Amino acid sequence: MKKVHIILLVLIAGSIAVLISFLKASTTYDSIDSAKAKAGKYVHVIARLDRSQPIEYDALKDPNYLSFTAVDSLGKTVKVIYRNAKPDNLESSEHLVLKGDYENDHFECKEIMMKCPSKYKDDMNAAEKNIRETTQAEPIENQTADKRTN
Amino acid sequence: MGYLGEHLLPGQLGHFFIVLSLVSSAVAAFAYFKSANAVSEQNAISWKKLGRYAFFTDVFSVISIFILLFYIIHSHYFEYKYAWQHTSLSLEVRYMLASFWEGQEGSFLLWTFWHCVLGLVLIKRSKEWEAPVMSVLSFVQFCLATMIAGLYIFGWKLGSNPFILLRDSGVLDNAPALHMNLDITQPLKPDYLSFITDGNDLNPLLQNYWMVIHPPALFLGFASTVVPFAFAVAGLWKKKLTEWTKPALPWALFSAAALGTGIMMGAAWAYESLTFGGYWAWDPVENASLVPWLVMIAGIHTLMVYRHSGHSLRITHLFLILSFSLVLYSTFLTRSGILGDTSVHAFTDMGMNWQLIGFMAVCIVPALWLFASRYKQIPSIQKEESATSREFWMFIGSLVLFLSALLIIGKTSLPAFVKIAPPEDPEFAYNRVQVLVAVIVALLTAVTHYMKYKQTTRAFFWKKIWLPTVISVVISSLILIFGNINYNKYGYGFLGSIWLAIACSVYSIIANGAYFIDKLRKSSKLSGGTLAHLGFALMLLGILISSSKKEILSYNTSGIAINFGEGSKEESGENLTLVKDVRTDMGKYWVTYEGSEKNPQKPLWYYNVKFENKNGKENFVLQPNAFINYKGNEGLMANPASEHYWDHDIYTYITSLPDPTRNKDTAQFKNKLLRTGDTSFYAKGYFILEKVMSRDSIPTKDGIDPTGRASLAIIKVHSMNNSTYTAQPLLVNKGGALYSVPDTVISQNLIFAINSVQDNKVNLGVKESNTVLDYLTLKAYKFPYINLLWLGVVIMVAGIFVSMIKHIRRMNRDSLPGK
Repeated sequence: MKKVHIILLVLIAGSIAVLISFLKASTTYDSIDSAKAKAGKYVHVIARLDRSQPIEYDALKDPNYLSFTAVDSLGKTVKVIYRNAKPDNLESSEHLVLKGDYENDHFECKEIMMKCPSKYKDDMNAAEKNIRETTQAEPIENQTADKRTN
Repeated sequence: MGYLGEHLLPGQLGHFFIVLSLVSSAVAAFAYFKSANAVSEQNAISWKKLGRYAFFTDVFSVISIFILLFYIIHSHYFEYKYAWQHTSLSLEVRYMLASFWEGQEGSFLLWTFWHCVLGLVLIKRSKEWEAPVMSVLSFVQFCLATMIAGLYIFGWKLGSNPFILLRDSGVLDNAPALHMNLDITQPLKPDYLSFITDGNDLNPLLQNYWMVIHPPALFLGFASTVVPFAFAVAGLWKKKLTEWTKPALPWALFSAAALGTGIMMGAAWAYESLTFGGYWAWDPVENASLVPWLVMIAGIHTLMVYRHSGHSLRITHLFLILSFSLVLYSTFLTRSGILGDTSVHAFTDMGMNWQLIGFMAVCIVPALWLFASRYKQIPSIQKEESATSREFWMFIGSLVLFLSALLIIGKTSLPAFVKIAPPEDPEFAYNRVQVLVAVIVALLTAVTHYMKYKQTTRAFFWKKIWLPTVISVVISSLILIFGNINYNKYGYGFLGSIWLAIACSVYSIIANGAYFIDKLRKSSKLSGGTLAHLGFALMLLGILISSSKKEILSYNTSGIAINFGEGSKEESGENLTLVKDVRTDMGKYWVTYEGSEKNPQKPLWYYNVKFENKNGKENFVLQPNAFINYKGNEGLMANPASEHYWDHDIYTYITSLPDPTRNKDTAQFKNKLLRTGDTSFYAKGYFILEKVMSRDSIPTKDGIDPTGRASLAIIKVHSMNNSTYTAQPLLVNKGGALYSVPDTVISQNLIFAINSVQDNKVNLGVKESNTVLDYLTLKAYKFPYINLLWLGVVIMVAGIFVSMIKHIRRMNRDSLPGK
């Protein structure tokens, strides 16, 4: 066997080991119930913000404490605590990917990923909103339209 | 039926040029193909001529499309979806280019545009290679043209057209107000356009000068990978299996330089204007641009090996083919939306997935098939390289880079194909492997230049390298002993790897620096290779130190804002709240939020945050900014600000602001008519209107406005607990329009605003509110030695260019007649 082959084998074995360890380190997507069942284990939970419950965040009291309720597609709810600043578009998010683990009585969230309505839908909403406003205040709109053509 | 106020001509011209570019690139590809395969000289020349004309037509069309689309954006023709979706009336002209490439169509156009430029250079310079290489390039150009074609073929949508009208795009279909009789089943009103008064605007996060300049650099990098690919394919196709390497080398170097610059400009953009607190996050979009670069670098090294020793030609073909293929794969990965749940980037599925897959297939499959079928004929040396030869270790280095690239792209794409979630700490999952790659690569770049091709004797090797080695051992020991690099968040194993990587980077810097100086002194020649390696090692060192020694400054240590909530583990977080005008303790600094200014055009606020070092020697104001509730983007979108020093950056951004909806201010202004000297009462005391002054020439954000006038009232507030405060509300008269600039007395929850001024009588609005407390929450970091990273990039790119120029000169010299 040539030296190159030996080195190649070592490198490939290393790469495979790395990929396996990556697969092992990778986590799972869970529902709220299964996250509760696996208390203490780091999981990804896909859920929505429960808008009927209050969002607790007061930057003056503690800028590193956010608490809200999440609800998953099965309708189960859980209290979420996130020890960081409140993500600014939390309220407008469509769904949330919550990363963390279930502890005692709440989901201890390490990271939140917001999925906002897609840009395209945003456009639709914005357009509709724009248009609703314009029908109410037509004279002003005509004025701005004139400005544009000038 | 006609509609009022539409400008249809630019769009119609645009459609025409899109079709023209589609046809002409197809003709160019075909004609060049015929020319390359022509048997007779005569035939080859006439086909080549046709190919050239077709390509020139394509260039003309692409440039016309570019100008037309920019004209539409610049003129705010919101009847076009692209202008409406990506710009607005208030968008500054300097960001219009950024909005041009915000959309997928615009970025494809940018890519196509660079192909045109590269193609023109190839036509001028590549002589006998022109026909096959341009045939490949024109074919890729044709594929790109289909991406913006927007044609329907048998019900299949082919590409997305940037000239589509808003009314045809479906956006208005559900807006009853725009339709006749307010019924969406009816056609649009003829004057529908008068309702579309403003566009959706460029995403605020992209309103940054880096966003204007980094995509062109990055796309030049992406576009340029096609040239080495085309040369490799041309060589296989024309069975000139070795000759292609000579003209391809400078192109491969150019591609590495351009792509490297583009990637690092992207990193600089992320650092300057995104708020993930750094320049690199192993995000799919970043990985997708890094991986082709790594493979291109691997390809350049094996190409050098082949030019000097005859080894590694086969794998060079593979690397250069794969580098371009990975650009296509990355395009697919990042534009198809299949990584939706794993990345914060908003990938949108444009319904073009099959087209993107088709694009990959038609380019990669034939190239790999050609490679496989010619594999046996590609010359290779049976005898193995000696372990003391330069080429052996260059080959190993390339292999390591290639495998590292495969690991990165594998990890990035895995979630798209297997239903698993990313690891708990995705960045660490990359870092702990790549730090080892950094160790190997740094070590190899340090020693390989000191070896000779073919065979190196031990004496020769040690004679020159002993001194740099000793110096490196000393310097890296000093750094490790006194540098306080004790990043043990992930345990000592990882810290050990970081230490090793730092030592190897230092070794590489010193060894390459010494070699460079030695070469310069002996033969007064610039060694591009060592310069590039020196830059690369500096980059590595910058990355290692700035990441492992990154400090969070905004740990909440102040007394005033801490109130650990329920269930809190009494750990202080990374966010710090600053109440306006309250000097707050933040580690080494006193920080004060001094107030905010609003951009006159858009809901963009600039916050002045003053940093005072407790040693009293350092004092600066940072101005992070944020868009608030901007065009459907609810909440705030923050841009960081940083203070740069030669050895570190202080970096801060806003993470939270008072919630305006929750703190609904219900208190109303009460108007009082006061003369100078009059006294009036409020809940907690009284105030006196001391003086009213007028001022000319008001300073504004855009300089002094000489036509403006302002009235300033000076009000002394006396509270019941015997404190006095001064408030100075303003009334600005700017060209006849009146703006009131209120002033607040925070501790008394008082707001004053001037409604009007007549002689010395002031109509003063007074509001006693319970929500005037003005504050912000921010994060602040210190990045040490980040300038090493930027300096390293500049040196590396300069080194690659030096090397490229050297190879072009050598090639020109060789091709002179009589040689």
